[in-house]
Amino acid sequence: MYSKGLKPLSVATVVTLATAMALVFFYAPLDADQGFVQKIFYVHVPMAIVALCGFVAGGVMAIRHLRSGDRSWDMRSYVAIHISIILGVGVLVTGSIWAKASWGHWWVWDEPVLVSFLVVFLLYCVYYPLRFSIEDPERQARYSSVFAIVAGAFVPLNFAAVRLAESYTHPRVLSQTGGSLPGDMRLTFLVSLLAMALLFVTLWKLELTAKHASMQLKRLRRKLAEREAVTA
Amino acid sequence: MPALPLDEAGKYVAGAYVVFLTLIVVYVAILGAKIARIDREITELAAEDEE
Amino acid sequence: MIRATRAILRKDLLLELRTKESVPAMTLFTLTVYVLFHFGLDRDSLDGELAAGVLWVTLLLAAVIGVTRLFATEREQGGIDALLLAPVDRTALFLAKASALFLFLVAVELVAVPAFGLLLLGPGLGGTLPELVAILLLANLGVASVGALVAALAAETRARELIVPLLLLPLLVPLLIAGAQATEPFLRQDQGPEDLDRWLALLTLYDVVFVLVSVAVFDYLLED
Repeated sequence: MYSKGLKPLSVATVVTLATAMALVFFYAPLDADQGFVQKIFYVHVPMAIVALCGFVAGGVMAIRHLRSGDRSWDMRSYVAIHISIILGVGVLVTGSIWAKASWGHWWVWDEPVLVSFLVVFLLYCVYYPLRFSIEDPERQARYSSVFAIVAGAFVPLNFAAVRLAESYTHPRVLSQTGGSLPGDMRLTFLVSLLAMALLFVTLWKLELTAKHASMQLKRLRRKLAEREAVTA
Repeated sequence: MPALPLDEAGKYVAGAYVVFLTLIVVYVAILGAKIARIDREITELAAEDEE
Repeated sequence: MIRATRAILRKDLLLELRTKESVPAMTLFTLTVYVLFHFGLDRDSLDGELAAGVLWVTLLLAAVIGVTRLFATEREQGGIDALLLAPVDRTALFLAKASALFLFLVAVELVAVPAFGLLLLGPGLGGTLPELVAILLLANLGVASVGALVAALAAETRARELIVPLLLLPLLVPLLIAGAQATEPFLRQDQGPEDLDRWLALLTLYDVVFVLVSVAVFDYLLED
């Protein structure tokens, strides 16, 4: 039932996640400026990076769908986008918590990652109404893939534009997302990033398993219904 | 802005990580339940198929 | 293909000239929004960043109206099937629709921008015109291609009027950023270009990316 490799993958994910969190709380040093609050950075930024990559990956899978006509690529694209949107909710919430803890407001426009993420998130939320308002399954898949490609091309452009705008009006006060991190912080960040990426792939495979199972069920039901219709 | 004292900052950090973990747990739980249910239905239907 | 493009474009332009459905509505809309901003912001005159923001947001909202109506005639009279049966390259259809939208936007701006200068702008528009025109034309190109793409994407869905603004507006954010930032120095008391190349470069990049993506992807829409 479960696609092979899912079990070892889940184990790897859990182990890496646990390691990352251990590193965050027991290994990484306290940030000079932000203190303990900076620890949120290790969950917020990897989630954002993985989600953005997920959106772009969804676009690439959509290209494969359109070129090959193989609908399983559309399914993969849909799931990738779906999980990225869920992670996106996490990004916005953790980002908001970070903003409140760091600057006292539940939202700030100073962080280009957060702001451009909001725009991307708003765009991808339209994926669902677009997809499910088209009834014909073949067309639904095709149009969804077109959207995934356009939106995927949009993600880097948008990020560049927002970053340009913010650096122009608000000089970056705290550049935690880029710039040079001291070694131990960088290690913690990289492990967290790896954990997040593994998490994404695990959830992606898990969701695909569910979709395949449900398609199998439908097929079985249809087969039984046909058999009954014939013998009736 | 000066760093928050540890106890106050702790609440926010805990909040962020709790949100993150809750998201995962809820998602996996929902998916797991769905797969289990479909699994059950498939075995039931497969049994019918045999008859 | 050029001939097909021209033919479709001609048909759309003639239709618009005759029925006057999109352009007057879009223009009227911008004027109305200016009035709204006057009351909403409680300001008699704007300059600088505020002026640039109001102008660009208004133009983008008007573009949404144009995009929603872009395939209206084909939908209402079943023209899409006829077009698809004819051996017409889907790219020609895209180019025609995008060009039509581009021209509609230019027509709207011919009225909307001077009107803005009259109604809401503090400092005059005067000597800044050539740069302003360049910015607007570059932006229109981007809006036209993304708009045509979104129009086609939403053409067959049931919730078309809702999907178009929700889809179009986030996609236009980089254009808004570049356009407003580029325009802002021209709408100040002490006028003069600032960092113009950076924003023009962003506009151009956006246009190139989205024209290419739209052309590449358009073949997969409006099939069957």
